[in-house]
Amino acid sequence: MSTPAIELRDVRKNFGNTEIIRGVDLAIEEARIHAIIGPNGAGKSTLFNLMTGLHPLTSGTIHLKGGEITNRPPYEIARSGLARSFQVTNIFARMSVFENIRCGMFWKRGHRYAFWKFANRQSELTEACEAILEQTGLTSRRHVPAGLLSYSDQRALEIAITLASGADVILLDEPTAGMSRSETTQAVDLIRSVSANKTLVIVEHDMGVVFDLADTISVLVYGEIIASGAPKDIRGDTAVREAYLGAEAD
Amino acid sequence: MAALLRQSAVWLIAVAIILILPVMVKSGFYITMLNQMGVLIIFALAYNMLLGQGGMLSFGHAVYFGLAGYSVAHYLNGVGEETLPYIPVSLIPLLGGLVSLGFGILIGFVSSRRAGTTFAMISLGFAEMVTALTLIVVTFFNGEEGIQTDRWIGPEPFGITFGSDVQVYFLIGVWCVLATAAMYALTRTPFGRMCNAVRDNPERVQFIGYNTHRVRWLAFALSSFFAGIAGSLHAINVEHVGFETVGLAQSGLVLFMVWIGGAGIFAGPILGAILITLLNSNLSDITEAWYLYLGLIFMIIVMFAQNGLAGLIVMHEPIWKTNLALFRSMFLPYVLGIGSSLVTAVGAIGVIELLYFMRTRQTAETVTHLYWMEVDAANVLPWAWSVAALVAGYLACRQTYPVMAASYSAAIAEVKAMVAS
Ligand SMILES: Nc1ncnc2c1ncn2[C@@H]1O[C@H](COP(=O)(O)OP(=O)(O)OP(=O)(O)O)[C@@H](O)[C@H]1O
Ligand SMILES: [Mg+2]
Repeated sequence: MSTPAIELRDVRKNFGNTEIIRGVDLAIEEARIHAIIGPNGAGKSTLFNLMTGLHPLTSGTIHLKGGEITNRPPYEIARSGLARSFQVTNIFARMSVFENIRCGMFWKRGHRYAFWKFANRQSELTEACEAILEQTGLTSRRHVPAGLLSYSDQRALEIAITLASGADVILLDEPTAGMSRSETTQAVDLIRSVSANKTLVIVEHDMGVVFDLADTISVLVYGEIIASGAPKDIRGDTAVREAYLGAEAD
Repeated sequence: MAALLRQSAVWLIAVAIILILPVMVKSGFYITMLNQMGVLIIFALAYNMLLGQGGMLSFGHAVYFGLAGYSVAHYLNGVGEETLPYIPVSLIPLLGGLVSLGFGILIGFVSSRRAGTTFAMISLGFAEMVTALTLIVVTFFNGEEGIQTDRWIGPEPFGITFGSDVQVYFLIGVWCVLATAAMYALTRTPFGRMCNAVRDNPERVQFIGYNTHRVRWLAFALSSFFAGIAGSLHAINVEHVGFETVGLAQSGLVLFMVWIGGAGIFAGPILGAILITLLNSNLSDITEAWYLYLGLIFMIIVMFAQNGLAGLIVMHEPIWKTNLALFRSMFLPYVLGIGSSLVTAVGAIGVIELLYFMRTRQTAETVTHLYWMEVDAANVLPWAWSVAALVAGYLACRQTYPVMAASYSAAIAEVKAMVAS
């Protein structure tokens, strides 16, 4: 078996005295779509925060494409090719939609802290931004300050910034939360279209989306993975049905 | 070509104004004022690299202004005494800028780890420290006397001696244009864009690969560099550098200029520096209450015009860009609104001036000047008139401001409708 894109070994996280993540072992295979589901407060977002360096681990290790990233700062993990979106929209409010997306590109395309060249003159950046604007349906909003966008456009921008870096491992935290039916369908199409050759991990409450997209599903309940497998196995798993799917299956 | 001309129009106009001004104003007083203005424009723009562009509120940026000033004064003296190698006076601001860049790199590394309150407090701490050092390290700062210098040194390329203030005016003018252009260009680079991103959302920046500390540190260092250029020009201009150049009052003044002008807009600090210098030069001789007025203006801007004076102008941009005729319906409400503000101001100034006069007069004399009249402060009439203007103006403002705001909203709504169709 090839090296997993992300591998968590016995990861634990305490906030104060409460153990929120209680020994998670998880291997995300390369170039797959892996969904993490679980009830509210199970620790899904916390798991993302640990993988991307926002919070330090209490114990355990995390590897990204074979290299250890445990407790590395977020920007180093991002530079190693891991991009993420946030459950609560996290954008650059006073900058335009176009600028938001372009900021997501600078580092990976080698512009870093450059103060000796004009951003507008980098035509490859402009072209790549246009492509992402088009993909995420934000072209007509490109000049609008991000803080003034409608909720669903902000969600789209959240994903657009995440995609902008061109990272090959992408974590999406509830990408379709609060979207209407048709917006959700669009988002699913978008996620599918960008997923070629990339590893995607999505946290999602919409079971339609999960079973539609995922190659593998892991179920997180109270900080523990209680089941992991192909969608059809998860659907039939009694423990999962009891713990989580029960309410919806009935 | 036409597009290029339109893009550079602002710059060409600025250069033209700089060239014409000394011809129009012959008096030494105004040249002195213009020189000060140029220096403060550079300083304000440098400060705004931190505040407006990078979201860092500093209470001590004069440190980088003043330290460059001291260094340049010493250098000029060294060249004068032939102990230091000659470099043309016109290039010496670069030297001062590099000195401040050095300090900015050192101090910035420590202070820019965090933004917000921590950053503000550390900047205050360094400002206090350097002010204290001016009294301790006497060889460099020379205590309260400061360092005297002479810009007339060495050879005179093209006969430029910088003996006259007008020659210094052109030196400051050239540096002002160069520094402004450079700082504007910086905002358009990947680094400049990331400064804005760090200002807006430091958390997210980390997840797109950026170390927020590095971005702030670089912004801090570059901002110190330009503050150093301003401080050097100040030293060359007045040929003296004192402890007040590194002090809290100077740091506070630049904050006032930037905020009053508008931190969120590139040209805001320029506007602020021009306005405050004008008021400072012209009012500080007329009224002792000048700092009180400055404080009042600052407070009013902070409370009612988040983006400063430049913000007030820019918010009308969509209107003049779509249809100038829309201003017609706004004319009367604006005249009334501004008129009532003026009446309020006249009344307030009257009261303040009379109070100041009565509290600070040294003799039993009660006759003073208020505006262009001679009034007797012991008489009740000038007081009554001032209070009446203040109250009437205030009441009028309460009536006219909503109408003014409504006429603005209506015009903007019409602009939106026009753009949509
Ligand atoms: N920074 C923090 N400090 C303290 N407690 C936290 C912190 N972050 C999360 N928690 C707690 O950890 C638990 C898991 O939260 P988390 O956000 O990971 O859940 P989730 O599975 O993403 O839930 P949801 O589906 O509602 O998004 C919650 O009880 C939450 O209160
Ligand atoms: Mg969550």
